[in-house]
Amino acid sequence: MKRSVLLVALCLWVPMLVQGVARPLGDDPEVEARLKALSSELRCLVCQNQTLADSSAALAEDLRQEIRALIAQGLSDQEIIDYLVARYGDFVRYRPPLKATTLLLWIGPGLLLAAGVGGLWWVLRRRNARLSDDEEKRKEA
Amino acid sequence: MKPVLKYLLPLAIFLVLVGFFAASLKHDPREVPSPLIDKPAPAFRLPVLNAPDKTFAPEDMRGRVWLLNVWASWCGACRDEHPVLMEMARSGIVMVGLDYKDDEAQASAFLSRSGNPYTIVVVDADGRVGMDYGVYGVPETYVIDRAGIIRYKQIGPITQKALREKILPLLQRL
Repeated sequence: MKRSVLLVALCLWVPMLVQGVARPLGDDPEVEARLKALSSELRCLVCQNQTLADSSAALAEDLRQEIRALIAQGLSDQEIIDYLVARYGDFVRYRPPLKATTLLLWIGPGLLLAAGVGGLWWVLRRRNARLSDDEEKRKEA
Repeated sequence: MKPVLKYLLPLAIFLVLVGFFAASLKHDPREVPSPLIDKPAPAFRLPVLNAPDKTFAPEDMRGRVWLLNVWASWCGACRDEHPVLMEMARSGIVMVGLDYKDDEAQASAFLSRSGNPYTIVVVDADGRVGMDYGVYGVPETYVIDRAGIIRYKQIGPITQKALREKILPLLQRL
């Protein structure tokens, strides 16, 4: 009996040892808020359709830790984004910057919409012209 | 609208779309162009694998053309790449291995089992140097010229095709 109690105690005790104490994610709520805002603007390069905030990839965890360290060093949000862009390129940003290579990306949808509206207007005008022509002819007949 | 144009216009639009799709098929979205191309290789000083009292820094390689290969014993694609690296080492290409977030014992075991293609292997235990190089998918390889400028980055394993078409011609020019 005594032995089985000991065994149960041991079984309970070992997992407690393994689990240990959960590592605090961050002590400063202000830092955590900035980290959250920043990392939801940044792309995880391992799983490319997730933000750095959502991703559980090892690299994303490393980068979040790095951003914490950079915040602690007193860098501004823009400086932190620049730091990451210098290493991983513009792709790390979810909002691509407006520059020569991304111009089509930014104005492309607008151009397509303008072309569509223009095309529709042209087709409708021609059809109206044809319809009124037909009407004239019918009146004459 | 002329009848011929009426049929040709949709066909033209279709062909343009097919062109876009064909181009996208060849493009691997996982390959993100590195902003470090044509920039100096980021400096670091790291301990050498199995010889922690020795260190290595990129400036030690000034005046030489060399490759920095980021690898790890836990990385499956690195095992696929390994025979190509061995072949490159045999043809006299200088390669430095950056052992990325790895267990040192397992790294040395892997090298003694499969062969060591590297002139020197350095240990990036916490992946800090990998971060400076923009590493996001091991293996990755950087070609660095005599002046210490990164000239090319291979993302993922070096394939025979990449070696033949990109790396060897570049090394010949440098």
